[in-house]
Amino acid sequence: MADTAATATPETAGETGDGIRRRDFLDIAAVSAAGIGGLAVVYPLVSQMAPSKDVLAASTTEVDVSAVEPGQAIKAVFRKQPLFIRRLTPAEIAEANAVNAGTLRDPQTLAERTKEGHEDMLVTMGVCTHLGCVPLGAAEGEVKGEFGGYFCPCHGSHYDTAGRIRKGPAPTNLEVPEYAFTSDTVIQVG
Amino acid sequence: MTKLLSIRLVAILVGLGFAFIALYSFVLGAYAAMTEEPAGHLPYEEPRDIAFSFDGPFGKWDIQQLQRGFKVYDEVCAACHSLKYVAFRDLEQIGYDEGQVKAFAASKQVPGIDPNTGEATTRPGLPTDYFPSPYPNNVAAAAANNNAIPPDLSLMTKARGDGTNYVASLLAGYAEPTAELLEHHPEAAPGPGLYHNPYFPNLNLAMAPPLTTAGQVTYDDGTEATVEQMSEDVAAFLTWTAEPRLVERKQTGWPVLIFLLFATVLAYLSKKQIWAAVKPKKH
Amino acid sequence: MSFPWAKEYTPSNPVMQFLDEKLPLPRLVYNAVGAGYPVPRNLSYFWNFGVLAGFFLVVQIVTGVVLAMHYAANAQVAFATTEHIMRDVNWGWLMRYAHANGASFFFIVVYLHIFRGLFYSSYKAPREMIWLLGVVIFLLMMATAFMGYVLPWGQMSFWGAKVITGLFGAIPLVGEPIQIWLLGGFAPDNAALNRFFSLHFLLPFVIAGVVILHIWALHIPGSSNPTGVEVKQESDTLPFHPYYTAKDGFGLGIALILFFSMVFFLPNALGHPDNYIEANPLSTPAHIVPEWYFWPFYAILRAFTVDFLFFPAKLLGVIAMFGSILVWFFLPWLDKSPVRSGHYRPLFRKFFWFGLIPAMVILFICGGAPAEEPYVMLSQLATAYYFLHFLVILPIVSQIEKPAPLPYSITEAVLGSDKKAVLGENATPAV
Repeated sequence: MADTAATATPETAGETGDGIRRRDFLDIAAVSAAGIGGLAVVYPLVSQMAPSKDVLAASTTEVDVSAVEPGQAIKAVFRKQPLFIRRLTPAEIAEANAVNAGTLRDPQTLAERTKEGHEDMLVTMGVCTHLGCVPLGAAEGEVKGEFGGYFCPCHGSHYDTAGRIRKGPAPTNLEVPEYAFTSDTVIQVG
Repeated sequence: MTKLLSIRLVAILVGLGFAFIALYSFVLGAYAAMTEEPAGHLPYEEPRDIAFSFDGPFGKWDIQQLQRGFKVYDEVCAACHSLKYVAFRDLEQIGYDEGQVKAFAASKQVPGIDPNTGEATTRPGLPTDYFPSPYPNNVAAAAANNNAIPPDLSLMTKARGDGTNYVASLLAGYAEPTAELLEHHPEAAPGPGLYHNPYFPNLNLAMAPPLTTAGQVTYDDGTEATVEQMSEDVAAFLTWTAEPRLVERKQTGWPVLIFLLFATVLAYLSKKQIWAAVKPKKH
Repeated sequence: MSFPWAKEYTPSNPVMQFLDEKLPLPRLVYNAVGAGYPVPRNLSYFWNFGVLAGFFLVVQIVTGVVLAMHYAANAQVAFATTEHIMRDVNWGWLMRYAHANGASFFFIVVYLHIFRGLFYSSYKAPREMIWLLGVVIFLLMMATAFMGYVLPWGQMSFWGAKVITGLFGAIPLVGEPIQIWLLGGFAPDNAALNRFFSLHFLLPFVIAGVVILHIWALHIPGSSNPTGVEVKQESDTLPFHPYYTAKDGFGLGIALILFFSMVFFLPNALGHPDNYIEANPLSTPAHIVPEWYFWPFYAILRAFTVDFLFFPAKLLGVIAMFGSILVWFFLPWLDKSPVRSGHYRPLFRKFFWFGLIPAMVILFICGGAPAEEPYVMLSQLATAYYFLHFLVILPIVSQIEKPAPLPYSITEAVLGSDKKAVLGENATPAV
């Protein structure tokens, strides 16, 4: 009979017997499915901002260090950031080893920061651990700071010959990236 | 009321005007069509319908075939055609390992800068480099090829209708023009430096047949390198270069569609349930 | 606005009550697309397309903002960054294919929405403003889509930009300076590409603004319905939520299945292969065609092949193409029939199904075909009919037609009888 349907108001419609449970179940299921779908869409939308394939592929760098003389440093580029590669003089090594590592802000020995058999080769990021400026000291004639290593002009952090923080606001030593010697003269960073 | 009436009167006049001018164009066009000889098209062939492993909604790459096609590109096509949107590192996607990619990249010279003098020079490629172009620029490419610049092949199979079949058909399809064709279309005879190919829309192209003899490329997997086989393999490889994410795309599509089908059925049942009470009942 | 029996929003908890007092956003939503919006109970699935159009606008804005994070609007690298998106960016291929096919689906649902409006005369009083705003949205969509298609800087992008800006060159005297000004040069290049990118990013938000006005205007008289008889009583309506949210949810599911089938399995089917060739100002594609959604209008443009009096053919084509959409602005005043729905208008219905629809199909086919016979001649006949239909036939038909008897009310149309009508409360079939 048509009139029953016409008079049934929307609120009371369907709320009889087990109509309630089935209807609720279907509604909840449908709304949940929509929610799951919406969440699934978020994944690619977030993921697209992560580094793309070409950026990730460029995340290893090979550097030929044969031309670096003791007391000299070169700047290379690793992941679009400066990389300092420095061949230490015997005097600088002695200076670094003379410090009791335990007394430092970020306790590390020179040996821990270099590769075995290549203790004279200090490879660090050229990125101050304070706020990311590029410290001075790698290029010829630049200020090397009070400890003869690197000096960051932004806020006055002084690093020693092992690239360890000795004075100033920086919290940790210059980062030593993951690297390995692929031959006596070539290192692969990353 | 009179205002509205005048709007409609103006509209009727404007409508008749547009219609009249369109019909006037039609009449003149019809007259021209009857009196003038229609400019006929050259009869070119549609690409052959070749079965590839990546066709269809469940298609997958045939890695062996991509590697064979890559070899054909490298040994034949690369002499004239660049592949500038493909990097050496991408070759890892078609089954080569890091060492092989590094070695292959190093075997190619890419543009570089002399570290001591700063002059333009070349250096061995790195996996992050892109396939180098065989010519330094378009002018050089045109000069070396009788003014026809060999197009980049990265996107070739997407830049032509039915591209994969087209590339395979074209490469294996060089033939002398038939006597019948020349009789009806004498202008289809290949001019100097042009080659007849029934799959090319104007029947004559500047590219000499690149794959001419069986065994021109020696396949590592022992497949017999007939001209047809090489054409299909390189077409498959160029399908991958044009759309490296093709298989990933199809494989992502299925779970998405199955989920949507499920969600839509739920939405339908829910809608039916909600509407049941207010739908008129059948007498 | 709305009907006296519309349900009032009652905040269910103190937080909502606080919000309702300070910023009644929940109330707005409740009254706009919630239980507080009474909608005719007899809407068919043709009434789903408005919501779907809104959905695809959101799809375009979301995917578009993502693509803009990776794209560079510079003629040197635009094509390469597009390929970068397709190859290297995480899910970039999905974003781009969703954006490209999303544009097509946006047009599909909007065309169906317009078709609904034309058949059921949704443009008639009191809904003129909704219709006018809708035409504005459609024009903005066309501009946005055209500029978006230029951005990948393929062959069709470049030559499309050249041809469409060339239309302005048809304007007498100032045409050429305007074209050069639009492009910022003598041919499409960096200047044009950059401004198209800027406007392509801006216009969707303008569209979203006009959509809000469109919906606002809709809520004043409320939705029309397939009978065209206005709502008279509470039994004629149902609250939008849950009835039409459920129905739209189902419709959205179907639309998404079709959309993602295209995105994942036929992503380039609606595009043109030539756009995978980088723009080359020195070489024109054999056959320049716009995207499929412009084909009918492109056919009208090309239908005018001969000069007429002191009007050059090119100018006539341009006027006709813009005119073919501008006539829609006048529809509410051209079609004065008191009956809305095509179901009750026998003569109108004949012209609609056997005149307008075939003409549009012919224009669509001819617009995508090369400019040769028989397509040009067919498009000339269809163009003539198109203008006759809206400007001549509609006004005359609405004057002379004898409409079929209308149901007394929506309730009667749905249920077969209406108690109030039977009781003779108001027996005249008012509209």
